[in-house]
Amino acid sequence: MLESFLQFTFSGLTVGAVYALVALGFTIIYNASDVVNFAQGEFVMIGGMSTVFLRQDGLPLAAAAALAIVLTTVIGILLDKLAIARAKRASVLSLVIITIGASIFLRGAAQLVFDKQLHRLPAFAGEDPLTLMGATILPQSLLVLAGAAAIFVGLWLFFNRSRTGKAVLATANNRLAARLVGVDTAFIMALSFGLSAAIGATAGVLITPLTLTSYDVGLMLALKGFAAAMLGGLGNPFGALVGGLAIGLIEAFGAGYVSSEYKDASAFLVILLILFLMPRGLFGKKTVERV
Amino acid sequence: MLSIKGLRSAYGRIEALHGVDLEVEEGQIVTLVGGNGAGKTTLLRCVSGVQPVTGGSLSFKGTDITGARSHARVAMGISHSPEGRQVFTDLSVEDNLMLGAYLRRDREIRADLKSIFAMFPILEEKRALLAGGLSGGQQQMLAIGRALMARPSLLLLDEPSMGLAPLLVTQILQAVKSLRDRGVTVFLVEQNANAALAIADRGYVLETGKVSLSGPARALMENVAVREAYLGI
Repeated sequence: MLESFLQFTFSGLTVGAVYALVALGFTIIYNASDVVNFAQGEFVMIGGMSTVFLRQDGLPLAAAAALAIVLTTVIGILLDKLAIARAKRASVLSLVIITIGASIFLRGAAQLVFDKQLHRLPAFAGEDPLTLMGATILPQSLLVLAGAAAIFVGLWLFFNRSRTGKAVLATANNRLAARLVGVDTAFIMALSFGLSAAIGATAGVLITPLTLTSYDVGLMLALKGFAAAMLGGLGNPFGALVGGLAIGLIEAFGAGYVSSEYKDASAFLVILLILFLMPRGLFGKKTVERV
Repeated sequence: MLSIKGLRSAYGRIEALHGVDLEVEEGQIVTLVGGNGAGKTTLLRCVSGVQPVTGGSLSFKGTDITGARSHARVAMGISHSPEGRQVFTDLSVEDNLMLGAYLRRDREIRADLKSIFAMFPILEEKRALLAGGLSGGQQQMLAIGRALMARPSLLLLDEPSMGLAPLLVTQILQAVKSLRDRGVTVFLVEQNANAALAIADRGYVLETGKVSLSGPARALMENVAVREAYLGI
């Protein structure tokens, strides 16, 4: 009883950490541009797939992973520079549709550049599971959790302690005022896309040893990450973390105690409930502003 | 210091400025008065580079800046406190002020923060609070303080007295005067023409996108047309 509860908790937290990272990617781009970037899942896919293929080409795992993250970051910046920044005067809705187009394009390109097979990576720290009070946890799961924690702490420091991080927050809050104090908002946009892509790719690298990867894993990850971001309150990094872990746990317990047939349905059920009952999510912004 | 020649700007197909010529001399307060919709705010936005220019040219300290991006102009010493305040509502008062110094790399930023707090003590009292929770007048002080944190040589002030109690208006205009005395050139846009001309060295009257009158501030205050149209006398 306790063992299976712990087991579901471990697997829920592991997959939830990945959803949280995808949700964090949504959050960063949404804050900088008001755009929900539906190509966020593709960043995760490109991170995982590039690592697999670079490793097949003979690179050591660590180098392949690092190069894959850099490559994905470049793709994220190109998405901004070639598609989003060029459509300057377009409405937010048009920009969101552009990201959907970019997501389809990247998925198609991945089929051509890579292939249509499922791929796996070896676990980074061995395959022997650790046992904790009767439940087992893979070292890779711990790496996923540690990686997600490190990224969240790093970003918190970036936004709260660095000048550039403050400039991102300022741009998100009031773009005109940011330009007037001398922030290069075009650079901040590119930075946000690059950062989101890097985070997505890192999630892809970390999770691939556990879940396998292929050219089309991005779609489902994006939808679940989006559910997580909505649950936490779109635009709030802390909400992304809580939302991601919650979606992971809901999915794991749903699969464990109800039926694994409906594993994917639980995330969508959450989206629907959020949209109907609390469209601002758990930690969404309540606008308090005096005029 | 700032020289504007034949400046045109448009919102879509509607032209708001139809060829404006204007000079701001170093060390002066130059004010631009005019009614609602005359194009005063548009003109300031063209100077700071957040409004596209469709014709004419701008030069600052002898350099053509017509095509320069807004952050480059801040780096050159132009700082703009915009209409409607536009503070960073989700950030603290202190963060707002520190962002004013975003492009500065010198060691005197903290000292300047202190001098802003000396000028507007209420901001020091509320330094840790979110700017969105400040009253209108306090946000106005914050917007001016943020613009000053850039250590500008040219300060653009758009309607600093809008919506403020008379006592605060006096306080803010006194602050503007003391800035000029410290060597900051000020380009002041005001609906409150009386108060603006009283502290200015030179004035321009903008009417539907064109300069209709200009001259020493004192002369404008005595001009019959100006008195009737803008001073309500």
